[in-house]
Amino acid sequence: MGGIEPQARWQASAFLAAGSSSFADFLTAAAPELLPRGLRADGVRTDGTAQSWPGPTGSGHAGPGAADIPHGTTIVTAVCDGGVVMAGDRRATAGNMIAQRDMEKVFRGDEYTCVGISGVAGISVDMVRLFGVELEHYEKLEGRSLSLEGKANRLAGLVRNNLAGAMQGLVAVPLLAGYDEETGTGRIFSFDPTGGRYEEQRFFSIGSGSVFARGSLKKLYRDGMSVQDVALVLMQALYDAADDDSATGGPDMSRRIYPTVAIVTQDGFERLSDEQAGQYAQTVVSERMQDPDGPGAPLRPPVS
Amino acid sequence: MSMPFYVSPEQVMKDKADYARKRISQIRSGVVMTCDAGILMVAPNPSRALRKFSEMYDRIAFAAVGRYNEFETLRKAGVRYADMTGFQYDRRDVTARGLADWYGQLLGSLFTDSNKPYEVEIVVAEVGKTAADDEIYRITFEGSVADERDFVVIGGQADKVAGIIKEQYSPDISLRNAMRLAIASLAGQEDGNQNEPVTASQLEAALLERSRPHRAFRRLTGPRLDALLSGSDGAGSDSASSDSAGSPGASPKGAGPTGKAASNGATSDAADAPWTEGEDDGSASDSGDSDGG
Repeated sequence: MGGIEPQARWQASAFLAAGSSSFADFLTAAAPELLPRGLRADGVRTDGTAQSWPGPTGSGHAGPGAADIPHGTTIVTAVCDGGVVMAGDRRATAGNMIAQRDMEKVFRGDEYTCVGISGVAGISVDMVRLFGVELEHYEKLEGRSLSLEGKANRLAGLVRNNLAGAMQGLVAVPLLAGYDEETGTGRIFSFDPTGGRYEEQRFFSIGSGSVFARGSLKKLYRDGMSVQDVALVLMQALYDAADDDSATGGPDMSRRIYPTVAIVTQDGFERLSDEQAGQYAQTVVSERMQDPDGPGAPLRPPVS
Repeated sequence: MSMPFYVSPEQVMKDKADYARKRISQIRSGVVMTCDAGILMVAPNPSRALRKFSEMYDRIAFAAVGRYNEFETLRKAGVRYADMTGFQYDRRDVTARGLADWYGQLLGSLFTDSNKPYEVEIVVAEVGKTAADDEIYRITFEGSVADERDFVVIGGQADKVAGIIKEQYSPDISLRNAMRLAIASLAGQEDGNQNEPVTASQLEAALLERSRPHRAFRRLTGPRLDALLSGSDGAGSDSASSDSAGSPGASPKGAGPTGKAASNGATSDAADAPWTEGEDDGSASDSGDSDGG
């Protein structure tokens, strides 16, 4: 495979051959150079050379070159009544610099799923893009959508394919949330760099700021909340994460750059507009002017 | 061992073409027609599971008649090609014309290289912003690509069916009338009882809906198809109909800025936009999403 130039792979036979309905598998066979960073799980690049990543100074040896590559984030998600909401901050950092202020980290997977990314920005975005095409590809070939668990498995496979990169410090880990048509509820799946897939209950958070966000979510989240309440809870959690993690950005009120908020219910995927997200952000920011640490949770259950 | 006798290439090609033409003349026709709501596709199809019309890409559909396993192979190949092109470049870079060219190449080499030509006739259609921007390409079993205007009929009795359509067709035809016309023309090919009412279970119908953002392909099934069929058997007029469903069924509630874009023309068929979905082809508006990049 190493010696064939890419054009020759676009042969009819590759397209006509009866194969799986997986787009990633098809690319692996027909055009592996299009896979995210040309990575395969065995760590061998598709052109046959061993994988190695440039160090921070561009020298050849592998090392944690992540310092100069955009990374860092907080993504939060929680189940709401009839679906699930996910929100992500907008900051990308490279070392101590802010690489981007308005990065999108929450994406539409398909009509009933959304994916948030953390870790190395470039690889994560490629992975999500491939995931989106993978889902649509299956749907078109088979005439039906994958089950939510099938989608989670596919995403786990894509994460698994980046294992070699992850082991050299270039981790890209997503968070998947979706509406399960069979159960009529929202569900959350987290992943680890080896491609392990874990279903989470109620709420979850990933990224460098996730530890702070999770504490906030623990105190503010209640079961059965409405979509609007959950969106507000997530906005609070992101604010708390940005408060303590330099790699997570809070709402930029002057530039009007707010966390990305996505809602998935039986009506499908919806990304809140800037105005709508801005309203939630404004609510949080105004309250924090009075209480900088945010809403407090009662210490003891109320006496009935 | 017997000596293989010589057959001139001309003869070989002619035999193959004759074979394919003969087989195709025996298959039932399908219609692809531009109307105000988009591009309508109709064909007789008693099967509930095997489809002649499919989504190829956001604004592009694939229609075929002929041998099922052969056009299924072609359909899947086209989906792979379209997804790969869209992935490698951008979604906007996948066009019906590019796909039609590719199919022409593919079918051309299949015709030349294989012993048996594919007994299929396929159409790649792309819905545009207006009816004038719609594109319909017909690709034959030997790889010729034809750029069609307004409508095309594929299959056995294409000429006869097309003749019927031509008499009554106009480019701004409403969806309801287009359906009626398509069914009438297809019934004409049976040479049987032309007055038998056509029911939804005998038809396959699909629409590339102009007003839908992103993925335009929609199967017309269930209540929506029944409504169109019953309307067409009645007055068949465009008058504001009470049978068009009032409540927005398909559009996501609280959808973003795009909302219900029922803006096609002045006909009351604009009210047909809220249709229930027959199949899970992915639904409508996402406000400002980025499709995962």
